[in-house]
Amino acid sequence: MASLTRRKFIKITKSAILGSAVVVGSSAIMGRAGEASVGDDKGDGPVTGEMTIPSYCDVCFMGCGINVTVRNGRAIKIEGNPTHPISRGKLCPRGAGGLGQLYDPDRLKTPLLRIGKLGSEEFKAVSWDEALEYIAGKMKSIKDEHGPESLALLKHGKGADPFVRLWHAIGSKTEGHPSYAQCRGARDTGWSLTFGKGPGGVERVGLDKAEVVAFIGAHLGENMHNVTVQDYTTGLRNGSRHIVVDPRFSTTASKAKYWLPIKPGTDIALLLAWMHVLIYEDLYDFEFVEEYTTGFDQLQKHVEYTTPEWAATYTGLDANTIRDTARELGEVAPKSMVFPGRRFAWYGDDTQRARAMAIINALLGAWGKESGIYLGDKIKIPKFPYPEVDHDAVHALDVKGKYPLGQSTPVQDIIEASIPGKTDTTWQNAPVKGWLVYSTNLVKAVPNAEIIAEAAQHLDLLVVVETMPSEITGYADVVLPDTTYLERFDVMNAPEWKEPFVSIRQPVVKPLYQSKPSWWIAKRLADKLGLGEFFNYQNFSEVIDYQLRQLGSSLKDINQKGGVLKKDFEEPKMRFKTPSRKVELYSKQMEKEGFDPMPRFQKHKSPPDGYYRLLYGRVPQHTFSRTTNNSMLLEVHPENKVWVHPEIAAVHNMKDGDYIVLKNRKGVKSNRVRVMVTKRIRQDCVYMAHGFGRTERRLTKGFKVGADDNGLLTEYSLDPITGTTGSQVNFVTFV
Amino acid sequence: MARYAMTIDLTTCVACDACVLACKMENNVPDGYHRDWTEQKLTETSQGMELEMFSNRCHHCKSAPCVAVCPTGASYIKDGIVLIDRDLCVGCRQCISGCPYGARYYHPASFVDKCTFCDHRLGTNRGPACVEVCPTNSLVFGDVSDQDSEIFKLLKNRESKVLLAEKKTKPKYYFLTSTIKKATKAVA
Repeated sequence: MASLTRRKFIKITKSAILGSAVVVGSSAIMGRAGEASVGDDKGDGPVTGEMTIPSYCDVCFMGCGINVTVRNGRAIKIEGNPTHPISRGKLCPRGAGGLGQLYDPDRLKTPLLRIGKLGSEEFKAVSWDEALEYIAGKMKSIKDEHGPESLALLKHGKGADPFVRLWHAIGSKTEGHPSYAQCRGARDTGWSLTFGKGPGGVERVGLDKAEVVAFIGAHLGENMHNVTVQDYTTGLRNGSRHIVVDPRFSTTASKAKYWLPIKPGTDIALLLAWMHVLIYEDLYDFEFVEEYTTGFDQLQKHVEYTTPEWAATYTGLDANTIRDTARELGEVAPKSMVFPGRRFAWYGDDTQRARAMAIINALLGAWGKESGIYLGDKIKIPKFPYPEVDHDAVHALDVKGKYPLGQSTPVQDIIEASIPGKTDTTWQNAPVKGWLVYSTNLVKAVPNAEIIAEAAQHLDLLVVVETMPSEITGYADVVLPDTTYLERFDVMNAPEWKEPFVSIRQPVVKPLYQSKPSWWIAKRLADKLGLGEFFNYQNFSEVIDYQLRQLGSSLKDINQKGGVLKKDFEEPKMRFKTPSRKVELYSKQMEKEGFDPMPRFQKHKSPPDGYYRLLYGRVPQHTFSRTTNNSMLLEVHPENKVWVHPEIAAVHNMKDGDYIVLKNRKGVKSNRVRVMVTKRIRQDCVYMAHGFGRTERRLTKGFKVGADDNGLLTEYSLDPITGTTGSQVNFVTFV
Repeated sequence: MARYAMTIDLTTCVACDACVLACKMENNVPDGYHRDWTEQKLTETSQGMELEMFSNRCHHCKSAPCVAVCPTGASYIKDGIVLIDRDLCVGCRQCISGCPYGARYYHPASFVDKCTFCDHRLGTNRGPACVEVCPTNSLVFGDVSDQDSEIFKLLKNRESKVLLAEKKTKPKYYFLTSTIKKATKAVA
């Protein structure tokens, strides 16, 4: 063995530092983070020594607890926080790669004011004061001339909260988030119509305890929502049997007992057949149905004809397989469930698909079971003594008038209301004239995204608050550099969960460049608008500290506890906030509004000859376009590929690894993208991961890497119940 | 004497690369290099398709060819862990070509580098970074000479295999297979 030379000594010492668990919660360390005004105007961050600071992640929106190691003011490592109930010391690759976002040299560095014509992307750097003065002036004139509702807030994530407050103070409730119209809107609405509430933002699903689970297109393992994946794999280890319904042999399918490569667009037929088998073979949870549901007799009659043989003709699946899988679910009920899924807007009948999935869960008795969709408990975050805002503001975009059963405003309605004459009469009284876009790259998130360019032409003001240059910043009048989640305080996270908790987000390093946290921006804007009284704090840390003190803790105390505060779980009562106070298998609410009270199968268009349905999804390493310029994540997943069945590849003379270009029926072409020739996809569709093919030139790593699925989604099928935008209705071919 | 080893559960690994990123941060691995990586292998059988997904790294072989070919004695084994003494490494890279698993790389600071099972964490209450981060709990690290260890019990109770067994390197990175499902057949 070599002697201990100096070089080796240094190595060992360094390793010792790396390896030594810096005690999270040592007050000498944490007192600093807790008390310092990091993230405020002074940006007084930690500067020397090594420390570990707890916070919660924002690379996706699950809010996993993280511990960040900081040495000499530089974050060097992100790890899962072991005391945090939804990370349990674990992280997904995106969370582990968060430093690639913080230290991305392409970040927006100063406020920018557009000097060229719209879309020219010619900006000049300006001071914060100049930028905010400009924005406040425009906001005032829009408010005076058109009313406050003409100011729209388009947003995603916890960082948007101060802007929501500002919007309410102004008197506008014109707010929308693409995560409603594209992702959870139809799902949560369908579940709420059935159970009175949804399965939760961090889904309350007992995948670890269920014996049989059906996944309808959900692709866990590629979708890496940390705690969900942890419970999913615990289930696999415990012998859970999975039924995966997907046109693609996904990671989830590869680990399942059954893979049902369904014909796209026919899921409701399969779900109705499963209901038929469960009911007519007496495999449903009789006690649950008897005690908690209403409308069983109607449902029984409704699915009398929806036999496996009937569904087989539409789904392309074998009738026996449909029957077998229904029996798998029913025989172990209530220890089985249909997983709720996300990114739910597919075909325009998505609320009905959500209803069908919810109804099966009711038949299985899965609601309220720890092996199913369990009931969570939560710590209620106390109110900060903000002055009351005027909640009587007119709803300019009358979402309840247009979608009485919906839960939010679909973003495309706000976009359309920005284009004169585009929107229908009920929405015309207050045209939208100004947008503030917070942390959502609309151009890569909304189908038929070309309408954004059109809308931008008519706006008096378009402000984008972002950490990165992106496709939407290209249309902005003013671009404001946001801090990343590692440089700011945000509202606390306290979801309904099996271990109720509150966790904090706090700055671990000083804001880089001239970036500012959203609370700072909203507060300064409020000052300039004469609404400063609604932001009655100097630093957002005061709000968090106040709220924690109402819970018997403080910012300093929660830091000493590893950034998380917990309480004992109290089992909530089985209550259903539906009109009947029962689980509504038959929905009178829907009937009253003119919709099918029970889900009905309708056929969707098949691709024309030579065209293939474009399906999209995730890879584990990326979250939408948020991460496709992150060097750490690009290193492990550099570009997306388009999956094509070998028979189709042969027809179009393509080999695995070839670069090709896709074209949709409107003639829109993709960037070049590699083909992955594989039997893992049906012949009638192609598949690619979302978020690639960036068109923003200032993204030095992501620009023109891979193809953008969203650009090819020029058509969508509107869900009449929610206004959500089903996007799996686009057909593509190869150029 | 301890004999450290690692297992990966093929029934649960999704090849997400969290292990790769955690390792890079923990061990300060330079951009463009890695000590561990993930692989996916699709095989078609008459039964259908089978997808094997796994994280891969140094197999810490008992009969390690990298140690055998090293002319300076820089590569050595301690407690079952194959390590490199950077002072003795002259950067000849014979070990890189000698490793059947492709587990070694030439570090830009002029030495050969590879997975160490995060040996700097031994004696603390923390395991290797890849094991800690793994959101599917697919990796287990431990001392196979300790009959009370989780890894000992896993290897006793589950079927396992090693890669490239025919090379007779006696690897200590075990792939747990016993509960792996039969190939998933499309049941259209």
